[in-house]
Amino acid sequence: MIQDTVRILRNDRETGLYYRLTVRAPRVAPLIQPGQFAHVRIAFLGEALLRRPFSIFQVADETFSVLYKAVGRGTEALARMRPGDDLSVIAPLGHGFTVPQPGGETPLLVAGGYGMAALYLLAQRSPQKGVVFVGGRRGADILCEEEFRALGWDVRVTTEDGSRGERGLVTQPLIDEVRRAAAGRKLFACGPTPMLEAVGGIASEFGVPAELSMDEHMCCGVGVCLACVIAIRKGDGWEYQRTCTEGPVFDARTIAWKARG
Amino acid sequence: MNLSVQIGRLTLRNPVTVASGTFGYGVEYARLLDLNRLGAVVVKGIRLDPVRGNPTPRTAEVASGMLNAIGLQGPGVEGFTARYWPFLAGLEVPTIINIWGTTVEEYAEVARRFDALGGVGALELNVSCPNIKEGGAQFGTDLRLLHQVVAACRKATSLPLITKLSPNVVSIAPYAKAAEEAGCDALSITNSFPAMAIDIETRRPRLANGTGGLSGPCIKPIAIKLVWDAARAVRIPIIGMGGIQSAADAIEFMMAGATAVAVGTANFYEPQTALQVMDGLSEFMHRHGIEDVREIVGSVKMEKRS
Repeated sequence: MIQDTVRILRNDRETGLYYRLTVRAPRVAPLIQPGQFAHVRIAFLGEALLRRPFSIFQVADETFSVLYKAVGRGTEALARMRPGDDLSVIAPLGHGFTVPQPGGETPLLVAGGYGMAALYLLAQRSPQKGVVFVGGRRGADILCEEEFRALGWDVRVTTEDGSRGERGLVTQPLIDEVRRAAAGRKLFACGPTPMLEAVGGIASEFGVPAELSMDEHMCCGVGVCLACVIAIRKGDGWEYQRTCTEGPVFDARTIAWKARG
Repeated sequence: MNLSVQIGRLTLRNPVTVASGTFGYGVEYARLLDLNRLGAVVVKGIRLDPVRGNPTPRTAEVASGMLNAIGLQGPGVEGFTARYWPFLAGLEVPTIINIWGTTVEEYAEVARRFDALGGVGALELNVSCPNIKEGGAQFGTDLRLLHQVVAACRKATSLPLITKLSPNVVSIAPYAKAAEEAGCDALSITNSFPAMAIDIETRRPRLANGTGGLSGPCIKPIAIKLVWDAARAVRIPIIGMGGIQSAADAIEFMMAGATAVAVGTANFYEPQTALQVMDGLSEFMHRHGIEDVREIVGSVKMEKRS
């Protein structure tokens, strides 16, 4: 974890409201593990003070990039920033995905929308190529499909409106796949919480291990404020753990989905 | 140049501390800044037993501030002592432990436990958390209970005692006086303000708890007024806090009567704030030829403008 000022190299619209931001961050980039995030201060925000967390997408020697959707004040302000502008980042943060050992499990990645970005580095660093299942409401929500294909991965696309790939939810082709073969496979997922809960259910039903990248409203990003907690099983009960520190990636079996304070 | 100040018999090397609940247990920020440059580390509120805290969402960003309703999640006295105390005890700067309870007896028992620990800098009594049903603010908004809880802790420990007063009173002066009379050594002013925000699309409160505490730069002018009011009512030192994000903010609190200050919400978005405040304070003193930081305390000029 480092706090650094990084320079924007590019900040371009991908499709629809989605943007790709690349920064030069020579101190941060070498430290990044798959599934970790960067906590970014957008100085232009004025009276909106808090940092925004972004999953790290790609890492090159001295740079890293994130994918984001301009849907709120933070991301809309970020979208207006230009190459040459500086950002304050605290990164890399959080406990990420476990990269499979050589000859170990074959990864099956499950992504909802731009959750795909958080899985890219895992795909790149996994010694075994696997399958990535990506779903979205419509075609415009399917991002970085080409980047995964370029890694030699099998990419299976579903959209709820059928405008791209198969029509339906991302979990359907996943169920078909683990029904065909479950042994020696492991699920890794990032996306909306209902999708993650469904993936957790599939993992449990078919006896496949799964790691889920959980999303909870975040504030400090470094473990002090205790805003971003989720319920994690402990003994016979459960306790709150921080998605910024113990997570965002958790073993699916440990998540107490039904627990509410 | 002298930057040191006294909080009871506790000497702070400089007047810049952090607000309880915004700095975890210190260790979380140790990789981002040199904790030994702070006046003191102030940890998140601890009661006797572990506390699970409130459901999420626990925070909401609002204009120039935020709401929180964490619910004082914490490891309890034993959990804190085992997991965090060894690190804190190794720091060169004092640790101020924020404590709370649901009864007067529990406050006193927690105070006794930390007294026995040895090496604690001071205890800060949280009688002002807006986010828990029992304990917290009920002690800070009732003069008789406030006196009782401070007096009971005073009996339980010889550590310097700081009472963190609630802003949620008509006039803070009687509460400041009650805490002073009951034997506390300093006051922390202020805590977050009871507040609410609503998501108009869902018509639901933005916090799962319904309401929470407002903090950040938006509360600063109200907090300055509270410090000023309290400073005229008591002789004990005041630690001023509420929206500090720069040295100028800290100096304002000191001019209003605060002997020391605490950086709170700003830690969440700029962890370097406390150190920036320190540097800016030294620079201000240098620029104005101020030899001793205590010269700033209470130096606001209230005479009528001609």
